[in-house]
Amino acid sequence: MNAQTPTSAERAAKLEGMGCKRKRVEDIRFVQGKGNYVDDIKLPGMLYGDFTRSPHAHARVKKIDTTKAAAVPGVVAVITAETLKTVNLAWMPTLAGDVQMVLADGKVLFQNQEVAFVIADDRYTAADAAELVEVEYEDLPCVVDPLKAMAPDAPVLREDIKDKKEGAHGPRKHYNHVFNWQAGDKAAADAAFAKADVTIKEMIVYPRVHPCPLETCQCVASFDKIKGELTLWGTFQAPHVIRTVGSLISKIPEHKIHVIAPDIGGGFGNKVGAYPGYICAIVASIVTGRPVKWVEDRIENLSTTAFARDFFMETEIACTKDGKITGLRCYTIADHGAFDACANATKWPAGLFSIISGSYDIPAAHVSVDGVYSNKAPGGVAYRCSFRVTEAAYAIERAMDIMAQKLGMDPADFRMKNLIRREQFPYTSAFGWVYDSGDYQTALTKAMETVNYKKLREEQKKKQEAFRRGETREVMGVGVAFFTEIVGAGPSRNCDILGIAMFDSAEIRIHPTGTGICRLGTKSQGQGHETTYAQIIATELGIAADNIMVEEGNTDTAPYGLGTYGSRSTPVSGAATAMACRKIKAKAQMIAAYMLEVHDDDLEWDVDRFRVKGNPERFKTMTEIAWAAYHEVPPGMEPGLEAINYYDPPNFTYPFGAYICVVDIDVDTGATKVRRFYALDDCGTRINPMIIEGQIHGGLTEAFGIAMGQEIHYDDAGNVTTASLMDYFLPTAVETPKWETDWTTTPSPHHPIGAKGVGESPNVGGVPCFSNAVNDAFKFLGSTHINMPHDNWRTWMAADKLGVHA
Amino acid sequence: MAKSKVTMKVNGKAVEELVEPRTLLIHFLREQLNLTGPHIGCDTSHCGACTVDLDGKSVKACTMFAVQADGADIRTIEGMANADGTLHVLQEAFREMHGLQCGFCTPGMITRAYRLLQENPSPSEEEIRFGISGNLCRCTGYQNIVKAIQYAAAKIAGVPYQEAAE
Repeated sequence: MNAQTPTSAERAAKLEGMGCKRKRVEDIRFVQGKGNYVDDIKLPGMLYGDFTRSPHAHARVKKIDTTKAAAVPGVVAVITAETLKTVNLAWMPTLAGDVQMVLADGKVLFQNQEVAFVIADDRYTAADAAELVEVEYEDLPCVVDPLKAMAPDAPVLREDIKDKKEGAHGPRKHYNHVFNWQAGDKAAADAAFAKADVTIKEMIVYPRVHPCPLETCQCVASFDKIKGELTLWGTFQAPHVIRTVGSLISKIPEHKIHVIAPDIGGGFGNKVGAYPGYICAIVASIVTGRPVKWVEDRIENLSTTAFARDFFMETEIACTKDGKITGLRCYTIADHGAFDACANATKWPAGLFSIISGSYDIPAAHVSVDGVYSNKAPGGVAYRCSFRVTEAAYAIERAMDIMAQKLGMDPADFRMKNLIRREQFPYTSAFGWVYDSGDYQTALTKAMETVNYKKLREEQKKKQEAFRRGETREVMGVGVAFFTEIVGAGPSRNCDILGIAMFDSAEIRIHPTGTGICRLGTKSQGQGHETTYAQIIATELGIAADNIMVEEGNTDTAPYGLGTYGSRSTPVSGAATAMACRKIKAKAQMIAAYMLEVHDDDLEWDVDRFRVKGNPERFKTMTEIAWAAYHEVPPGMEPGLEAINYYDPPNFTYPFGAYICVVDIDVDTGATKVRRFYALDDCGTRINPMIIEGQIHGGLTEAFGIAMGQEIHYDDAGNVTTASLMDYFLPTAVETPKWETDWTTTPSPHHPIGAKGVGESPNVGGVPCFSNAVNDAFKFLGSTHINMPHDNWRTWMAADKLGVHA
Repeated sequence: MAKSKVTMKVNGKAVEELVEPRTLLIHFLREQLNLTGPHIGCDTSHCGACTVDLDGKSVKACTMFAVQADGADIRTIEGMANADGTLHVLQEAFREMHGLQCGFCTPGMITRAYRLLQENPSPSEEEIRFGISGNLCRCTGYQNIVKAIQYAAAKIAGVPYQEAAE
């Protein structure tokens, strides 16, 4: 080897593989305004659709008169439920086994519900004409409070199923009941509570919020009558699911539906579901024979397409007097809105909520969730979290603080005492989940040392004394949260969507010149997949990441997959990518052996080449092997160098983290300043530390928004009062705190590269951490639990209730 | 609806078009001029995804009629790159500092940052945060956007970029 030959390390660095802070390839187009989002699509003859929506939360629709709207010059058609009935599409199935009105059929069940769809030459005409659709309503009493939905005299919401005793998830006990779902061992949990030294019980509310990506939901449908083919561009986090569901609903054969998700401006769960706008655009295109675009505005987005949370969680912990948890119970009422359009794996009506035992070794536990209907928008998506995981994490992390308070223990010490210990992994929880790996004490210890936790508590104590003496009007809170997520849905034995197992896929083709393309069943909405998947391939195959094109979102070319949500891209498609690489590598080894005239076993892998063991100067690089794969394959071998893998994960992955937050609150204004936020995340193997850090910054900012101000609020008449950015809190750069990030690395033992997924961890851990910090600030005044959101006004009211303004 | 004639300069080029009086500037730019870089993210002038530079000011193009921009000199993200086609220092900075994720707020954010640095070539972190508070981002948490603007400011000033101490 001469001096010019790069070392293995130098060659590895050039690949920009796993562990490299590779700059994102997507950015080149985005910084120049050359992304291609749905609303950028312009087709010849394209029409625009817009909805007439209900001003009422609950009303009978007596009459719809479209005459005036249809007469507006430029209006091509007006569609109502009656039109849709002719193609059997007035209602559509939901992902949760319910049905949902596409357009109001006989009555409306939530404010802003879709009533008519106007199609016109341009978007202004469509919007104008939508105003001219005349609808006669008869107002009905409505259900806004989910805790009253199952009252004996509650109004009947869903007349279509009012007599059905059995729903998609078992027996229904009331006409406004969706399902009851239970997990764990009730008898064991009850026994633990009967014997407990100390117990706590608190109604912990996670209000209705909305993911609110900056780009709203939108689509362009184009039906080719001659070919009988539908092309549908849309903001789809799961394009293949949309194709299959679209085929089942529309009866258009699946091979004649082309679904394309171009660049997506954020999703956070909002773009998983199928919405009436998509169905109406498709029908409108079939009816008119022209492409039809539907773009929702922000008010429509916040008030109709998806919501998240809305869980009322009565949470109990049982404990010994020295602070060892012996039992956990949680009874939850889940507000599902007017239709059960929850985006969960089909068998899990409350998602993975039974991760509620969190990071703690709890011997006995039981949860029960009742879903109820209300006069609110349907949805129930996972807003930057795996299915219902952030609700579970919030409940357990608040309950831990409340129990610590009752025991007179420090909340961090109480957690430390109950965390699952390193030697217990793989750990089977009381709910049966098998946590793959973890080193919790190390993470929490590192977090506490980094922020000098002890000193913070000393400072807090001094401040509390000063407050009592009347020397300050500021109180200080220290929030601690330790979370464990369950992501990467999922093993097919646990998870399917409408019967389709939740595997995912990667197909890699290496071209003759040694570059390649990788197509996947997932779909980036900002996560940087085009950058990171290429890094996995770079490390696995020794091909520079820059020489790999990553493509997602076109169902004609991408292998089937279930899409991107629930932090499943890296755990599932990332694994598929590695496995496909390994198939290619095995073939490459045979080709190299043939070229070098040695046995396969005489070769060893070295970064980007196979070399002869003991004779490293005899080697074939992947570039040479790629050429040979199309030029001189061994006799009997198929030419080409490509592979596909459908990966059905053996288990979920369980990322975890320890977060600490310090807040200072002015009790006279409620103004809350986040002095410090430290987030330690363990997502297993780290593919691109720059992207991981960016994901954590973003997730923490969303968590900050949720904890400190977000709520989709309805008044008593069912009017949604927070449906624009005037009223719905999205943090600006001014409010957003500075983030400190840190990590430990505990690889997943069952994942081919040990990665666990990270995008949602900061939301799951961040929300309880902020809430614990605010709650912690008021503990010394006798407060036990203050519900989110902790905006200034509510915080002022909480302080007022504690008598500090007297 | 009767149309009015507007003339303006967009990204250095003279433009003469007929528009309906009610056409919003953002729709005019996106649909009539095919400049789809500026985006639409809200209905209430809060999000700033539609920000363009108009006669030396950052303007939310969703809150102005195209006819109001008659005679104006407009620059959108499409006109941000250098004359030789290389990236503007802000565009480079956003990539370098990982100041974007989904890319939807990015054109407005960069366009706003461009004007901010014209107004204040060496802003403090606080001034940057205030200066971009009319532009919402749902992905990045702003921290790396702030860094990107600091990086660009340093490069324009010809001084080495130094990451502020945490």
